[in-house]
Amino acid sequence: MAHAIFFYTFSIIAVISAIMVTASKNTVHSVFFLILDFISISCLFIMIGAEFLGMIMLIVYVGAVAVLFLFVVMMLNVAQQKNQWFAGHQSSRHIPVGFIISILIFFEIIIVIGGWKYKPEIFDINNSTAQTTLSNTHSLGQILYTDYIHVFQISGMVLLVAMIGAIVLTFRQRSGVKRQSYIKQISRERAEGVEVLEVQNNKGIKIDD
Amino acid sequence: MIDIGLGHYLTLGAVIFSIGVIGIFLNRKNIIVILMSIELILLAVNINLVAFSIYLGDLAGQVFTLFILTVAAAEAAIGLAIIVVYFRNSGTIRVEEIDNLKG
Repeated sequence: MAHAIFFYTFSIIAVISAIMVTASKNTVHSVFFLILDFISISCLFIMIGAEFLGMIMLIVYVGAVAVLFLFVVMMLNVAQQKNQWFAGHQSSRHIPVGFIISILIFFEIIIVIGGWKYKPEIFDINNSTAQTTLSNTHSLGQILYTDYIHVFQISGMVLLVAMIGAIVLTFRQRSGVKRQSYIKQISRERAEGVEVLEVQNNKGIKIDD
Repeated sequence: MIDIGLGHYLTLGAVIFSIGVIGIFLNRKNIIVILMSIELILLAVNINLVAFSIYLGDLAGQVFTLFILTVAAAEAAIGLAIIVVYFRNSGTIRVEEIDNLKG
């Protein structure tokens, strides 16, 4: 009973906020609804028993990705742009096609789910993990670092490549910015920095003529 | 209705997936919303994987969800970097005005 109440609450919040992500006029509001969506879905994950993934969703999506989106939206200053939903009338013939395709996809998935009969023994196949006393995080870690170690390493490489790619894409050399150059400082010789002059009595010397 | 099973979670995943696809098609705004719709689609896939993993008692689904999470984060970072560069060069990220490739 409690499961049903929580499931319907969180899933209704998730669906409404997903609609608002696509429908709201202000992009900042879209990002906020995206955050709400991630939070409610991670609550669902925690409720269903995948605590580790729920917490990771909170950390990765709400803590990093959504803040990144928010940062870019505010940096590009498009939030105030007046963007109506059906504003561009010259290209609005895509819209009914999009609706039809999306609704077709939805009903196809629903037909697959509704017409699919579970085999009666399928829930008993591999329930060994569920009956142990290990927590979800513990058992996930036990297979993540043993059976899936190569995939884990590859995902680390993917993150590294993404980080380097993002830096390379957005990096630009500005002119007129003074930077410290270590190699220039180290390779300075005495001859190019210091000059010994003979100063005659009662006469000054000219510097930087 | 009261008894929540695997089908409920799969239906929720289907609904969110369709909303994401609609968001990509109907978008007349800036391209950031398209990236957010892609995130929604990946979220729907994650719901499906986690629901199957819990109800079938197989942890491989959750491991795979973790990797999807990684790839989604990388994709968001790269996509936002491309958007920033494009905005710097052309001054707009409205979907209608991005037609350099004449597609």
